[in-house]
Amino acid sequence: MIFDIEYETMPREALESIQLQRLKATLERVFSTVPFYREKFKACGISPYDIQTLDDLQKFPFTTKQDLRDNYPYGMFAVPMDNVVRIHASSGTTGNPTVVGYTARDINTWATLMARALSAGGATRGDIIHNAYGYGLFTGGLGVHYGAEKLGASVIPVSGGNTKRQIIIMKDFKPTIITATPSYTLHLAEVAKEMGIDFRELSFKSGIFGAEPWSENMRNELEETLHLHAIDIYGLSEVMGPGVAIECVEAKKGLHIFEDHFIPEIINPETGEVLPYGETGELVFTTITKEAFPIIRYRTRDITSLNREPCICGRSHVRMNRVSGRTDDMLIIRGVNVFPSQIESVLMKTDVIKPHYQLVVDRKDQLDILTVNVEVSESLFSDEIKDLQNLEKKLSSDIKEYLGVSATVKLVEPKSIERSQGKAVRVIDNRKK
Amino acid sequence: MRVKQLSVFIENKEGRIAEVTSIIAEVNVNIRAISLADTSDFGVLRMIVSNADQARDALKKEGFTVGETDVVAVKVEDKPGGLNKILHLIESSGLNVEYMYSMARIIDNSAVMIFRFDKTDQAIDVLTKSGLPVINKNRVTDD
Ligand SMILES: [Zn+2]
Repeated sequence: MIFDIEYETMPREALESIQLQRLKATLERVFSTVPFYREKFKACGISPYDIQTLDDLQKFPFTTKQDLRDNYPYGMFAVPMDNVVRIHASSGTTGNPTVVGYTARDINTWATLMARALSAGGATRGDIIHNAYGYGLFTGGLGVHYGAEKLGASVIPVSGGNTKRQIIIMKDFKPTIITATPSYTLHLAEVAKEMGIDFRELSFKSGIFGAEPWSENMRNELEETLHLHAIDIYGLSEVMGPGVAIECVEAKKGLHIFEDHFIPEIINPETGEVLPYGETGELVFTTITKEAFPIIRYRTRDITSLNREPCICGRSHVRMNRVSGRTDDMLIIRGVNVFPSQIESVLMKTDVIKPHYQLVVDRKDQLDILTVNVEVSESLFSDEIKDLQNLEKKLSSDIKEYLGVSATVKLVEPKSIERSQGKAVRVIDNRKK
Repeated sequence: MRVKQLSVFIENKEGRIAEVTSIIAEVNVNIRAISLADTSDFGVLRMIVSNADQARDALKKEGFTVGETDVVAVKVEDKPGGLNKILHLIESSGLNVEYMYSMARIIDNSAVMIFRFDKTDQAIDVLTKSGLPVINKNRVTDD
């Protein structure tokens, strides 16, 4: 169901004229209220009044994560604190965290976009939403929560953790939609199985999975084990939070970006040059309705491409393909670009392997050595050593064949790969130490 | 005639075997036979236990990957050529032994070997027809 039919199906021409009008207003506002933007625009010799077409946006400078850190905590806010009603922050593994703010209108916009997203994923006001995204400084929990209420659905604010209690709730409260990271959901399914509860007997019809990249193979696994539609959602706190883009349940092929609020671009991460539709590069966002924390040409570091083809669901908004990696996750191994997600796809070609794996990169005698640790699931296990050794060899040669890079595959015990907040730690790069 | 064997995947890390045996001891299950096949990185611990289901559940609860395989327990005469007789018969019948190990307990004053054959039913058939004593599973486990 389309929540906001007027805007979500708006003809391109009308949509672009709204974008231009909103973009101009946003640029003018940041120019006069945020010293960071004013100085940067001036340094580039550009004024917000120069903008005539949407393409003129390309003349403006990028904003990076480092810029946000440098302006910690409130330097990028475009309204006085009086008007800010909510603050979120993303964890900073290195350096300052990035802090974002929302006015009352921003919160309302976010709730509306999140309601659109849940709706695109198959939710209606009659649904019960089991929201297992973490509540707190992270935008996931509260973002989904407000959207669910805006939609009129019933939301269970279960948050992350306490897995066994979550399973009892799923069994007794009969939620019909789950919102969580895909890896935590697979963990829920594993624990449910140990408790003798089959996900297929629960009442779920859709799962809205995000906050970490996942693959098409993982969709098959999620849909098969959980017996639901697995829907990809995208968002980041710097741009808004969850609900920037969503797959529609009708096509499940790419995520519609809510273009009446965000302008996406794809750039070459090396040169910064804007790439045409269909080409793969780094995703860049400009917000055009946000009040407290507008952001201009923000480099997300996510790798994807944009698809302008009309969609069977009727939405006119452009679709981004699945995020295939991060510019900073991209490993260069002996000159070959490798994304963890590619390794995952290769592993999942072999049987029904659970995607618990980790890439370890070392450097020995000036040579990069890639080791892929794979947790042995029951379906992969054999009582015979030679079968296990053959499995390691087969996975290595598959990786070599599909990615063009040599890797040693090592089978490891289940649950031995380090998890961080429910997410498996995918890459350990010892070359940086 | 088939006996249920448990196999457990373990990394070659200090103390892992002891961890498996202590989990099994905690649920009061007896280990009747055990063998380890390993490489430099990992190993497969194979076991015949008094109660396979109980041991398997306890191990899985602790996060181990556990497999189940049907094996055959055969009495081996305690005299020269005792084992040879069995292996020869299996080979001449076109069957293969994937691996074998011995049981810790003596049954009817004879040694007992655990065999994993490529074709379990055919192997049992060949052994029984030749009068070689295949031991019933209830004499090996409590199942
Ligand atoms: Zn669609």
